Amino acid sequence: MTSVSPLYFLALAGLLFTVGVVGALVRRNAIVIFMFIELMLNGVNLAFVTFARMQGRIDGQVLVFFVLVVAAAEVVVGLAIIVTIFRRRASANVDDASLLKW
Amino acid sequence: MTAPVLEAGFDATIAPWIVALPLASAVVLLLFGRRVGRAAGIVASAAVGLAFLLGVLLFVRLVAAGHDAHETVRMFEWIVAGDFDVGADLLVDRLSMVMVLVVTGVGALIHVYSIGYMHGDERYARYFAYLNLFVAAMLVLVLADNLVLLYVGWEGVGLCSYLLIGFWFERPAAAHAAKKAFVVNRIGDFSFLLGILLLSVTVGSLAIGSVNEAAGAMSSGIATIAALLLFGGATGKSAQIPLYVWLPDAMEGPTPVSALIHAATMVTAGVYMVVRLSPVFEASGDALTVVAWIGAATALWAALMAAAEYDIKRVLAYSTISQLGYMFLAAGVGAYSIAIFHLVTHAFFKALMFLGAGAVMHALDGATDMRAMGGLRKAMPVVGWTFATGWLAISGIVPFAGFFSKDAILAAAWEEGDYALYAVGLATALITAFYMSRLFFRVFEGRLRAPEGAHPHDAPPTMAIALVVLAGLSVVGGVINLPGVLTLEHFLEPVVGAGHEPEAAVAFALGALATVVAVVGIAAARWLYTTDAGRARRDRLTTGFAGPVGAVRRKFYVDELYTRALVRPGKAFAAFCTDVVDRRVIDGVVNGTAGLVAGLSEGVRRIQTGYVRNYAVTFLLGVVVVLSILVLRVGAS
Repeated sequence: MTSVSPLYFLALAGLLFTVGVVGALVRRNAIVIFMFIELMLNGVNLAFVTFARMQGRIDGQVLVFFVLVVAAAEVVVGLAIIVTIFRRRASANVDDASLLKW
Repeated sequence: MTAPVLEAGFDATIAPWIVALPLASAVVLLLFGRRVGRAAGIVASAAVGLAFLLGVLLFVRLVAAGHDAHETVRMFEWIVAGDFDVGADLLVDRLSMVMVLVVTGVGALIHVYSIGYMHGDERYARYFAYLNLFVAAMLVLVLADNLVLLYVGWEGVGLCSYLLIGFWFERPAAAHAAKKAFVVNRIGDFSFLLGILLLSVTVGSLAIGSVNEAAGAMSSGIATIAALLLFGGATGKSAQIPLYVWLPDAMEGPTPVSALIHAATMVTAGVYMVVRLSPVFEASGDALTVVAWIGAATALWAALMAAAEYDIKRVLAYSTISQLGYMFLAAGVGAYSIAIFHLVTHAFFKALMFLGAGAVMHALDGATDMRAMGGLRKAMPVVGWTFATGWLAISGIVPFAGFFSKDAILAAAWEEGDYALYAVGLATALITAFYMSRLFFRVFEGRLRAPEGAHPHDAPPTMAIALVVLAGLSVVGGVINLPGVLTLEHFLEPVVGAGHEPEAAVAFALGALATVVAVVGIAAARWLYTTDAGRARRDRLTTGFAGPVGAVRRKFYVDELYTRALVRPGKAFAAFCTDVVDRRVIDGVVNGTAGLVAGLSEGVRRIQTGYVRNYAVTFLLGVVVVLSILVLRVGAS
């Protein structure tokens, strides 16, 4: 069977990352922003694995484990904050939480 | 020429104690005045009295040590910068010891007098603290071995003068007079300082001995400038033209202060300084002429104003200015020891008369206008008789002290060929006899008159002691320099050089002329002031010469002139500095800088919008910039 060129994997990774960035900037719901951040992280994971395969080493794959753990921890903390804010003001709209300004 | 004498040094180590005793007493009274209370007067007088006794002891040692004996005592090292060494050094020699005895002796008497005079005053202890501080500063001045220490003493007495003139500072007149004294003195001090600096640069050292030695080698131009600058300081401190205006106003202070500071000691500092630095003046051709003429002019000027004053203290103040003029006249013709002679006798009779005036004021609830007084000798015999001795002394009646010293000055002027100066001095002597007799006759002779409600009584014992002692000195004081014997002049020869005395016949003639002039002055006063017919004559004269009399009464408008020419521009300049330079320029720059920072921060602040998404965009942009830099740089290299 012919191998698929790694470039396609990288293109997909870049696409995932870009969609994640744009979505994180455009959407207003805090939880949705988090989902897009996860999307960014997964795009990065894919890129790491692809590079690892291209180089024939497993360093990239090890890094993916790190990223997954960090992502999980971050989600826990972030969701806890969002839930707390939601309890106070019954809104998950990030534009409403703009008191820390000049 | 004196036979060679074994020069033995002598033990001068007690010299610093003479200064330290009044100083320590001042410090104690300043810190613990409230607790010391009534005893302050005794503590202060004891300190000065003890200093006097030490002075006598040191004087005896000095005399016993021979003709040229002098010692320098270093109290402590002060300024040492490479070769420039200015220590706190005291010079004990014949001239300084004469001054020390006058300062501590008369000072002690006045301290005792003050115990009675200032009794019951709220700030009794503080008064004595200031008085002690003054004595300490004056002693530093006369004992200083270098010009810097002398200047310290000079400034110190100026400070104490300010504090004591304005002692009753709740009275606006007193506060104003103190300020005036200090400011006018400052002008003189500035001139003095410039002179000191010039000498320092020219000579390289500020020790009086070095300066005097180097004076011979100085160019006459530099010496003249230096001497005139120094004399400028003397005109301030010793109230000569043009800086005499503070002394009459200084009479707002307590009378013992006037006696000590403004008659016997502080105002003589200028005379002392000129005598001490006489080689510098001698090296300059013209400076001494200036000194003599300013002295003579001031003597005449002030005597005229004294003749028109009604306030008894002010008459004495102008009299002091006039007599100081005599001293400078003497110094200006080279008769330095005679200047010191007059300084000493003047200290006796002027302090006496001030204390007498103080006793009169004390008895009359503070009245000073002679128009409200009369015949007080009947009510106050001790004061009356002691004042009489002072009056006769200053008028120059034989054999009182003032006759010998004043006559010596006039004889010296004649002997040096300065006949014009002699004439001015003689005219002043006439007016001096006149105004002092006027004061004496109006206050002490004739019908007994006193202001409403006053009960004139004689001076209490503490005050009377000083009066009697000073009266005695005014009578016999001339003995320290009788013509022919010339004790004082010979005594001071090692320091100031020898003068020359006129021949016996000339001297006798001059003395006789001086006496005649004095008698004429007294007679004129008697003719005008003791009878009702006299009053009529006075009125005729006053209306006849209304112009000149008016000018004299208004002090020749000097104060007004100074106000217009100097005080107002000075105040205007000060206002300019405050309103424009300080408020607008300096505050403008400072506030402007603050404003600029505030403005900038106003602008930059707006980045903090509070919106998470704005922050996320900024974050993204930053990452893009950094990455592109990295990529481009990596690509390039």
